[in-house]
Amino acid sequence: MVSSEAILVQPPFRSTIESPSIEQEHRTREELDLPWQVVVHNDPINLMTYVTMVFQRVFGFNREKAEKHMLEVHRQGRSIVWTGLRERAELYVQQLHGYLLLATLERTN
Amino acid sequence: MEIRRHGDSLEISELDPFLAELLRQIPESTNREGTEAAEQRIFSLPGDVSQTELCKEWKLYVEPELRRLFESATETVASDLQALNGKSKPFANCTLRIPITNADAWLSALNQARLVIASKFGFTEGELGDHYRSPIGSRRDLSLFQVNFYGFLQEFILHEIHDGSSPAK
Repeated sequence: MVSSEAILVQPPFRSTIESPSIEQEHRTREELDLPWQVVVHNDPINLMTYVTMVFQRVFGFNREKAEKHMLEVHRQGRSIVWTGLRERAELYVQQLHGYLLLATLERTN
Repeated sequence: MEIRRHGDSLEISELDPFLAELLRQIPESTNREGTEAAEQRIFSLPGDVSQTELCKEWKLYVEPELRRLFESATETVASDLQALNGKSKPFANCTLRIPITNADAWLSALNQARLVIASKFGFTEGELGDHYRSPIGSRRDLSLFQVNFYGFLQEFILHEIHDGSSPAK
């Protein structure tokens, strides 16, 4: 436990050093908390069955949901497969790239 | 050629020398050297150019991991393909057994090869979907056949890892 005397020694440094870093942290957190979306784009090489399997593995979708997204990619050129925090979204995009799918991270409007 | 599940392996038997050679070419076909389009496709960016920080970090931290992942898959496939070498009769049909535990490595290597070949030749979606294309007459036709043959193998592997108990085909 820190004594009150010890705290009194600190103020001259606290006011100049901590304020800017707290502000910066708020901005970062705001940015991180914005909803991000994982988008998978169409490409003519990846097989439909392969894309379905990848969606099942990465997102734990059941076959029906995985096929729905796969068909959306195939017919509309892209599908938003996941929305949420940036860190998780980045991890999903990394996993999808590991399966050689064309995937990007986008900020939701 | 006959392809079936045999216990813990996928067995490709009655492989004629031509198809065996196409299989041998899988690891080499994943080589992206000199093909910028293939490199860009396989290591595509996770966002648009405005996301400079994200793309920069991706290049620095994620891309090396992906390179290792893809190389590892190709090495596994190359190792499985060793079984096709050293046959006493060079023009005889042969059999290749792929351990089911290596199925993911095969899916990755086949996908890498298909992406690289397609990028090199700039195949269109129409060409890739045309399974009734005329017989092989040029290097481009051969490469298209190669892409489709690898795709057929991928389909088979996918079918087997999803419905492993299915009867032999």
